[in-house]
Amino acid sequence: MTGIWVGLAGFGIVFLSAALMLGLSILRRKTPPVYRDIPAITRLRQAVGLVVEDGSRLHVSLGRGALTSPQSASALAGLSLLRRLADLTSAGDQAPIVTSGEASLAILSQDTLRAASNSSGLASFDPSAGRLTGLSPFSYAAGTIPAIRDENVSASLLLGNFGVEVGLLTDAVERKNTFVLAGSDNLAAQAVIYASAQESLIGEEIYAGGAYVESGPLHTASLTVQDLLRWLLIAAILVGSLVALAGAL
Amino acid sequence: MKRPSFFAALITIASTAIAIASGLLVLAGYFFAQEAGGPTSLLAELRLTLLDWALILAGFATFVGIISLIQVHYKKIRLRQVSSIYSLLLILSLAGTFLYGLAKPAQAGKIFTTLQLPVEASLMAVLTVTLTYASIRLLRRRFNLLTVIFLITALLILLGTAPLPFLGNLPGISDWMRPFIAQVMAGAGARGILLGMALGTLTTGLRILFGADRPYGGNK
Repeated sequence: MTGIWVGLAGFGIVFLSAALMLGLSILRRKTPPVYRDIPAITRLRQAVGLVVEDGSRLHVSLGRGALTSPQSASALAGLSLLRRLADLTSAGDQAPIVTSGEASLAILSQDTLRAASNSSGLASFDPSAGRLTGLSPFSYAAGTIPAIRDENVSASLLLGNFGVEVGLLTDAVERKNTFVLAGSDNLAAQAVIYASAQESLIGEEIYAGGAYVESGPLHTASLTVQDLLRWLLIAAILVGSLVALAGAL
Repeated sequence: MKRPSFFAALITIASTAIAIASGLLVLAGYFFAQEAGGPTSLLAELRLTLLDWALILAGFATFVGIISLIQVHYKKIRLRQVSSIYSLLLILSLAGTFLYGLAKPAQAGKIFTTLQLPVEASLMAVLTVTLTYASIRLLRRRFNLLTVIFLITALLILLGTAPLPFLGNLPGISDWMRPFIAQVMAGAGARGILLGMALGTLTTGLRILFGADRPYGGNK
């Protein structure tokens, strides 16, 4: 019976979040969104602008989060951002290159680049732009470094599930003296990114990139729902602590 | 901006509908895994079937990904691009490993343990040096209070964890400060970050279920 109640509680939280997201996206569809400033995203937009101006390439790395694992959410957030960045760079000379450490992500990245190319109608799609570079953490890093080094890349976005091997990627970007923005759902990787990347996304910021680059009402609503749920959690933790304290006294 | 053809639009609608329906079924299967009396529910069985299909597709995706990897490196060799010698080495190693696996399937893991693992371990060693250098560079690149706290914390954890020659454990740092930083301060911070990421994961999943983000079918 406990399993049923836990299931119902989980369903309640997801249903509440979904209802809030839909309700807020309808209520606020005509209100211009107001976001907390994330300097890393602002600099990413500037770097993407420079990529288009100087005819170089944007490199996006989606990490190693398998689609059948819980780590897929960060990779899906990276794909969402990739689609918007591919649209923004479609006026440039070269399409972005996308590297992944998981085969299904590589296929989805090719599909995303193809869709961006089709909708812009400006450049032909090159399937080799979305590629698998390695299946183990360090082979993935070793396979990605040549793409950063040799393919006229002037800005890199590393967004997805990385481990500490992300340090090798940020170091490769640093050696080329180009821009890098990195974010991971792995805590150890976040510490490495904070120490080694020019710009870092920490915690839930990695899921907000899509909304900041080009937001729809549902993206904006999802950020508001995150904030609401965060306050609810804080209140629940505080109340729980007070009840535990009262019980101990 | 090009308008998609009728056929492309139909495929997009169909893929979106299938993806959303599959997502909802899997989600419902997690929440209602058991019937009231105890046995596994139909939704849970559907969830397992859909996940099995996903695993089969992921296995096939790996095969497609490796073909794509060979194509990328073959193109590099054909166009004699920079570092194409490494591409040649990669393709030869891949072919060699494949043939060895076919000839001696029981010993195929040996290549991984005798070649791949040592190489990855050496990359880990390179990473240690890279991170030390990055930490020093951090002060030059981003000199602020948070950077100073980050570096002091890293130094204290290092001093408290690694036994020092002739000194052993440092009193006060090894027995009190390191556990306090690692278990109380870092533990609390890590839980906060993980809770935030769980909320981010939830809303990202819902955006995909609503079709606002569509990583499949390639459209927004």
